[in-house]
Amino acid sequence: MKKVLLATAVFSGAVLALEITGAGATFVFPIMSKWAFEYNKETGHKVNYQSIGSGGGIRQAINRTVDYGATDGPLTPEDVEKHKLLQFPVVIGADVMAYNIPEIGNTVLNMDPKAVCDIYMGKITKWNDPYLQQLNPNVKLPDRPIVVVHRSDGSGTTWIFTNWLSKTCPEWREKVGYGTSVKWPTGVGAKGNEGVTNYVKRSQGGIGYVEYIYAKQNNLPVARIKNREGNFVEPNVRTMQEAAKNAKWDKSKHFYEVLTDQPGKDAYPITGATFVLIPKDQPERAKKANVFFKWVFEKGDKYAQQLEYIPMPENVKKLIFEYWKEHGVAP
Amino acid sequence: MENVAEAQKSLREIKTRGEFLERFLKISLGFWALFAGLLFPILAGLILLYEARLAIEEFGFIHFLTYTNWDPVREDFGAATMIFGTVVSTILSMLIAAPVAIGIAIFITELAPNWFKPIVSTAVELLAAIPSIIYGLWGFFILAPIMATKVEPWLQDKLGDVPLIGKLFQGAPTGVDVLTTSLVLSIMIIPFMAAVVRDAFNMVPPIMKESAYGLGATKWEVIRKVVIPYTASGIAGGLILSAGRALGETMAVTFLAGNRPEIPKSLLAPFTTITVALANQFTEADTDVYLSALYYVGLLLYLVSFTMLGIAKFMVLRLEKRWKT
Repeated sequence: MKKVLLATAVFSGAVLALEITGAGATFVFPIMSKWAFEYNKETGHKVNYQSIGSGGGIRQAINRTVDYGATDGPLTPEDVEKHKLLQFPVVIGADVMAYNIPEIGNTVLNMDPKAVCDIYMGKITKWNDPYLQQLNPNVKLPDRPIVVVHRSDGSGTTWIFTNWLSKTCPEWREKVGYGTSVKWPTGVGAKGNEGVTNYVKRSQGGIGYVEYIYAKQNNLPVARIKNREGNFVEPNVRTMQEAAKNAKWDKSKHFYEVLTDQPGKDAYPITGATFVLIPKDQPERAKKANVFFKWVFEKGDKYAQQLEYIPMPENVKKLIFEYWKEHGVAP
Repeated sequence: MENVAEAQKSLREIKTRGEFLERFLKISLGFWALFAGLLFPILAGLILLYEARLAIEEFGFIHFLTYTNWDPVREDFGAATMIFGTVVSTILSMLIAAPVAIGIAIFITELAPNWFKPIVSTAVELLAAIPSIIYGLWGFFILAPIMATKVEPWLQDKLGDVPLIGKLFQGAPTGVDVLTTSLVLSIMIIPFMAAVVRDAFNMVPPIMKESAYGLGATKWEVIRKVVIPYTASGIAGGLILSAGRALGETMAVTFLAGNRPEIPKSLLAPFTTITVALANQFTEADTDVYLSALYYVGLLLYLVSFTMLGIAKFMVLRLEKRWKT
């Protein structure tokens, strides 16, 4: 009897459980897995997310081989329309400038776009460069060469970083531009956030841009960055959410918005979001994915915070729910 | 009478069954050999060619081969830096590995006491069993810092002022560069090389060695004048196999190359190879031309390996011919 019951339970479970497949950005893989795990525990539905990279996520979403794709750089509204997709942001993250200067230890430095730009253009090569010294009058910077580190693999982290530089530094925009990988004027490439973190950690005089959580876990000092209002802002949950709050999210533009260099007194400038793409022409499939994302927006915040991701602000969530209704894909 | 006829019949049946089985085996094995040996490489090449068509149209062949710019933002691609990196790191690692591997093989077959041979043999073979990612991590975390702080400054100090050679040791020592990569690559290919060369040495007929000794040759003379000439093609074969591995090695190189699509100006400069560029950029290649350019680079690796192995095979054939006459 027990066996029969068990069999029915398994059988009915198999019939009821939805299976959602997604693919894309590696940056959100830890939180996607966590969400999928908790969601499965609560509802019995399965979410299978493959972190194959943003480029792959976009391509698979366009080819409809997955239920949803995830990307760090948003698609333009035209591209979203062309491929009959819908797009909305799910989670916020930021790049931080981590450095390793043995002489000053964990002292927090101030940096502005020009300083970071010149370092990555190869124009500032020593830590005691007058420009850096003038930004940090209270710190005695050493006469030490700067070891510039960047990502060697294509990455959303690079996309956010170079996008911010393109917006704030004309020379960068003209000579390099932005993308998941670019032609770096100087520096050494390391693989993955962990590669850059480790490289900075073991090279004296090193600097690199990494995902917020990696610098935090490795206890590397990170710079305060000057935002467009002229304030030097430390990266943390509040300043990143500030950037997301002040952004002009627009439903009619499929939330096409880049969070770098946003207005707001306390907005951290090198902030970005991960976007989800769902098929508009297959509403059943989109709804299936949205059942999961509705749960994410309603109950997923605490898991995101546990893993040092920044959840979407409430006003943006409301907009996303309206957006779903408008396009008939609300769960 | 009937019995005889029946027996003959069943005998014929058995014979035809045997023939059938034989023919079946011939066809199916032939098919698999054809598929694995001929069809599969051709298909792989065709698919690469098909996927790369956009980039081939856009950049041409000679231009793509000689152009040193790789700019994903402006979609302006050339593969010269990667091809250069692949060829240089392979050749350098072969230069480091070949003498060591041949030395190991000589030691195992000619010099070591009998009880010691299997120990060295197994130890060297175990090197081959270590996954390449481990070599990469070890190189990045342990070897690169040593190279950056000790070996490379020392090399610069000793060789930096020597004309011509000094140029190869310019620039800030970072530990992730051509030199460290080639060094780790050579450690990775030594076991392959040593194993093949050792097997070749073991094939030398004892009578040849004994007659040389009988004529009063020393050990060194026997090795140099009998063993090595007799096994020249075997040695070449070992070198080819290892070159193939060095050409295609990805994981370890990704950690150690520094990943800069530039022609390195010295041995201490970061560089990149074809496989590294593919592994790093494939997942996030977001435009069609970018992706196609990566396929194009893959196609070039295919051609480079083919040519290199082709040349090596040709050399072996020539050596064999020369030895026979």
